[in-house]
Amino acid sequence: MKGYLRADGRKGIRNIILVTYLVECAHHVARAIVTDSPSDNVQLIGFPGCYPNEYSLKIMEGLCTHPNVAGVLMVSLGCEGFNREQLSNTIKASGRPVETLVIQKSGGTKKTIAAGLERVRELVVSAEAVELVPMDISELMVGTICGGSDGTSGIGANPAVGHCFDKLIEDDAVCIFEETGELIGCEQIMAERAITPELGVEIMASVEKAEKYYTKMGYGSFAPGNAEGGLTTQEEKSMGAYAKSGSSKIHGLIKPGDIPSQGGLYLMDVVPDGEPMFGFPNIVDSAEIVEMIASGCHLTLFTTGRGSVVGSAISPVIKVCANPETYENLSDDMDINAGKIIKGEATVSQVGDEIYQMVKQVAQGQQTKSEELGHQEFVLTYKKFEGIGPSCLPTVR
Amino acid sequence: MINRHFVLLNQSDNVFVCCEQLLAGASTTLEEVSVSMNVDITVGHKIARQAISQGDKIIKYGVSIGSATEDIAFGDHVHMHNMKSDYIASHTRQSRVGEES
Repeated sequence: MKGYLRADGRKGIRNIILVTYLVECAHHVARAIVTDSPSDNVQLIGFPGCYPNEYSLKIMEGLCTHPNVAGVLMVSLGCEGFNREQLSNTIKASGRPVETLVIQKSGGTKKTIAAGLERVRELVVSAEAVELVPMDISELMVGTICGGSDGTSGIGANPAVGHCFDKLIEDDAVCIFEETGELIGCEQIMAERAITPELGVEIMASVEKAEKYYTKMGYGSFAPGNAEGGLTTQEEKSMGAYAKSGSSKIHGLIKPGDIPSQGGLYLMDVVPDGEPMFGFPNIVDSAEIVEMIASGCHLTLFTTGRGSVVGSAISPVIKVCANPETYENLSDDMDINAGKIIKGEATVSQVGDEIYQMVKQVAQGQQTKSEELGHQEFVLTYKKFEGIGPSCLPTVR
Repeated sequence: MINRHFVLLNQSDNVFVCCEQLLAGASTTLEEVSVSMNVDITVGHKIARQAISQGDKIIKYGVSIGSATEDIAFGDHVHMHNMKSDYIASHTRQSRVGEES
């Protein structure tokens, strides 16, 4: 296995140039630069809001210095609240090339697009010079989420991902699972898997926080399609979702943008701290994928029953389909057919092994279905977090 | 798998999960007892493995996933019309469960 070596020592499995708009007002210009760019490795991300927000800055810093990212062009309107100087400094400090264009100082739309294309050409040339070096599977970070879950997800795809996670953790890779709101009802059994009792207490508290938060929102993390697919309650969906975590010990509890430094299994607490102030914790699956990537994930295992088609900017998404009927209907979008499990044609561990092999192949450059189809979904909105508690990342093993 | 249409996920469960759809009126044999479906049962949905009384826990994966809101007969569809979360209300496209649309 080989990876792209970055100046900060991290290794990537893709070699992406990001064009990042820092407010919706700069979105069109940034998109035009990406669309007109001749390279497939130039991707668009951005933040829509005009008000500053510590969380979105932290996530942007995590994304723009991600190991899959070779360089960044930031596109600012000029008067927005986003702290572009800090983002630029963070990217520079990571050794990656970064350019900033301010539309109000660059002569408007046409001139900024022209200047942006020039900058992107230079960034692509510099990315092509990045050295490929040996990369061990222990250096890989893998996230998992589920989307469009149904009554088959918890039987087929999620336990198969759990099996794959167990194997990756044996290899000393980092694995991250998340959505404490989709673990409501599992907090006790999950806490028992923590490597220290204090971490277990933190895990319990994170799920209690999620329950309170979602109760206030008036909805659980439960979509109409979940019910149409046979799931009835939040805790039923949770038990299925929980199976993605496999059976390894839980080594830590992180918040979005925190990057684990040691191999092991980590739970990401995605529910904001304090009184609810910006709405739902994550408005859609893609926002969860973005947080996983900001915490360093090189790729994401996405399980689905109803059938999601999304991919992501920056890091490949491997889609694992639990429902055999959905697989047949949407096979162009699915990487792994976990519907074989519920049909009795394959075991959980066989499909888990298949996912593990695909993780290695995708890490070596094989395109996933969503990559081939050009999916580069990206969502980043306002949130508010406090730092993690002292017991969340125990150093004892 | 119990048969072509249903799986039992854990020995202590009181529901089966459908793995191949069965239409209303069709019969199936569950652990040696024959029963006919009173509604269409599609993949991922649950039916009762035994008679379940109002207030009893619904057990799937060997753990509680909520409570019965009415008496449920063997073979009946188990879903939002006869069970509820013990944690947080579920919602459909029309309305939240238990509220008028």
